[in-house]
Amino acid sequence: MRSIMGDYEETELRLGLPGAGGGGNEGETSRNNSGKRGFSETVDLKLNLNSNNSDGNQVEDMKQKNLIQASTDSAKPPSKAQVVGWPPVRSFRKNVLAVQKNTTATDDKSGGSSTAFVKVSVDGAPYLRKVDLKMYQSYQQLYDALSKMFSSFTIGNCGSQGLKDFMNESKLIDLLNGSDCVPTYEDKDGDWMLVGDVPWEMFVDACKRLRIMKGSEAIGLAPRTIERCKNRC
Amino acid sequence: MSEDEELPDLGGGSTRSSNSTAVSGGGGDHNYVSPSPDQVLENVLENVLCFLTSRRDRNAASLVCKSWYRAEALTRSELFIGNCYSVSPRRVTNRFRLVKAIAIKGKPRFSDFSLLPPDWGAHFGPWLSAMSRSYRALEKLYLKRMSVTDDDLSFAAQSFPILKELVMVCCEGFGTGGLAIVASGCREIRVLELMDSDVGDDEADWISCFPDNVTCLESFVFDCVEAPINFEALERLVARSPSLKKLRLNCYISIGQLYRLMIRAPQLTHLGTGSFSPLEIVAQGEQELNYFSAFAACKSLICLSGFREIIPDYLSAIYPVCGNLTSLNLSYANINAEQLKPVICLCHKLQTFWVLDSVSDEGLQAVSAACKDLRELRVFPVQALEDAEGPVSEVGLLAISEGCRKLQSILYFCQRMTNAAVVAMSKNCLDLVVFRLCIMGRHRPDHITGEPMDEGFGAIVKNCKKLTRLAVSGLLTDRAFSYIGQYGKLLRTLSVAFAGNTDLGLKYLLEGCPKLQKLEIRDSPFGDSALFAGLHHYYNMRFLWMSSCKVTRQGCEEIARQLPGLVVEVITRDREENETSEYVDTLYMYRSLDGPRADAPRLMVRPSLMICGKHCTSTECRFSIARSLDFTLSVWVPCISR
Repeated sequence: MRSIMGDYEETELRLGLPGAGGGGNEGETSRNNSGKRGFSETVDLKLNLNSNNSDGNQVEDMKQKNLIQASTDSAKPPSKAQVVGWPPVRSFRKNVLAVQKNTTATDDKSGGSSTAFVKVSVDGAPYLRKVDLKMYQSYQQLYDALSKMFSSFTIGNCGSQGLKDFMNESKLIDLLNGSDCVPTYEDKDGDWMLVGDVPWEMFVDACKRLRIMKGSEAIGLAPRTIERCKNRC
Repeated sequence: MSEDEELPDLGGGSTRSSNSTAVSGGGGDHNYVSPSPDQVLENVLENVLCFLTSRRDRNAASLVCKSWYRAEALTRSELFIGNCYSVSPRRVTNRFRLVKAIAIKGKPRFSDFSLLPPDWGAHFGPWLSAMSRSYRALEKLYLKRMSVTDDDLSFAAQSFPILKELVMVCCEGFGTGGLAIVASGCREIRVLELMDSDVGDDEADWISCFPDNVTCLESFVFDCVEAPINFEALERLVARSPSLKKLRLNCYISIGQLYRLMIRAPQLTHLGTGSFSPLEIVAQGEQELNYFSAFAACKSLICLSGFREIIPDYLSAIYPVCGNLTSLNLSYANINAEQLKPVICLCHKLQTFWVLDSVSDEGLQAVSAACKDLRELRVFPVQALEDAEGPVSEVGLLAISEGCRKLQSILYFCQRMTNAAVVAMSKNCLDLVVFRLCIMGRHRPDHITGEPMDEGFGAIVKNCKKLTRLAVSGLLTDRAFSYIGQYGKLLRTLSVAFAGNTDLGLKYLLEGCPKLQKLEIRDSPFGDSALFAGLHHYYNMRFLWMSSCKVTRQGCEEIARQLPGLVVEVITRDREENETSEYVDTLYMYRSLDGPRADAPRLMVRPSLMICGKHCTSTECRFSIARSLDFTLSVWVPCISR
């Protein structure tokens, strides 16, 4: 009897029977040990057995996407004995830490950097572009650059007045009623504003992304923008 | 039977009872014989019963008398089997003849947390055999926590030619090969939903198996399928499914692929976004797809989920739809409060919100400020450990309770909590129906006062008069259970873990909660005497689960003896020679019309013999134990057959 029990010693600790998951699962180690069902985290209910099972997820390291998790686990100090099935979180929710990728280098968060890349989207165009706002010194320069990039649109009827038109309420209404494109941006608070209502430097600082939308869609932004202009003046 | 043609045609199309006395000759002479009063009553009844949809109403109607029982049985078209072992498939198909929709639930919920052996049971096969003979016109099949094989799926596809809906939640035992058969075989399928299920990767290109013509797919959910899929085939499938409203993709779909699908299906109402990250990191200055405008084009979107491997930067793409969302599931998105705020402040209409605790109390405060219509909140832990850093606490709970007054359902994982916050929620959120608080550290008290969490949970059961589901945690004494017994009069489901001091705790529950249906308890010091306190009630319950408590073998035997209509399953972990335990590891008992099941795991064979690990003397027994890995299962037979 002992020898038979001995053969199964390994399986005592890591329950994931070959074939337990149903047909066609043999040989798929990642599936066998994915631990989604069955006793993937067998730990003696009373004793503190497997220290490497400290977060109950050792078997799930088999999944390729969990490589990051393995390294972060080893850095943790040893914790209290973990109990099977506690906390009651299903195993497929337990991999969240591992799976998240870090924010990429394209994210321009740091202040005081020499670049200020923001994404520019134009309604109707399938592609976005990124522009570095610090390459321009005024709204006009920005508009010129954008119209070259997205040659099939025009940014409203700015003319040489440019900035002032947006401050003039009646002209603003005309503009928004038209079908011309209106540039808008998202600021640090997540609000969407019409481009041009703040001094350029403040805009570069505050702008997180740009969106060129149809005038009629931008109507909702106008009252708030006007409100803000009034508050700032 | 020509006389039937004389009778009015009712919706049920059922066969008449053999009691009818009004029979006439053949159709030759046009004599009309008026039906007997009994028959009239039955006819009227069947007509009326068609309008009864609630199964509880129908259950009540069926108890009036035999005539009503028959009429109800012939007109019930939707079946709900809460425990697949409570009744045999044969008994069901004998009684109900005209079933178009069936829902079957199998394993107890604690099986989700690895507390049951993998081959414990809940096999769909036997149900399928019976249904394939009797319910060929089946249209809807819903399975939860059942074990389903590829062969089962194949047989189902053959047996139910007009199957329209197949939904499998927390199921296992099948793979993408089985899905391929469903895709190709179920030609009328409108709803195919796989949720939280363990699907094997057979490397079958199942997406390509859908028929080539325009499909009637309305809902296609496969976010739990952890296997790569043929994207081009999926894109073509979506393009030829004009009725598609719900689409939930798995994590193998990149955000670029999501874009392509979205522009083909702007009519979607429910979208699971897959990984929500690109295949490769997009470099500076490079062109990127306009995800924002893809979302803007989906004007009907009300439910978003997915975000399985999100790069937070991309979250802003969903802004255009936030104002319309009623449901948002960010529970796979490891984002912080700053990343959440711009999204959540736009979600004025949100009613259901699932999120990770990575958003911290601050994020929950933002939710509280923005989502005044919130009905359901679930906060899951990024680190499901007892000693982890806890980014959410009583602060978040309090904020939610103050801002989201319409809250009906909450599931909240945290590392620390106070009675005061729970009491506040009990007073602010009077509509609560479901309150599940999981303080992850076992036996953890109120972290400010050091007291047990009794008063907090007591306030919940006392003030939330609509409460039907409760899960408790933290340091709890018997007092907490006395509150639950005293006030929890509508409680149907209760989950208890690492709580209570003495048998009194369980007694309070069993004596005080008349509507209790599902009671799951683990690691609590309740023993035989408490178990006996529920004898009057166990037939009214769907099940009782007690694991790692202080129930003995003798206690379980006694229950089985006194209540022959119960099946009492006991699981005992194999132990070393020097280890003994007077207590059973797991007790799972449930009412059943058909006695103990025949498909208990191989190791347990002879019902009258209790196989209990190494104490068994029969060598055959020992050998089967050896093959079983860790557990033995004993099932008591009702005393009649002993």
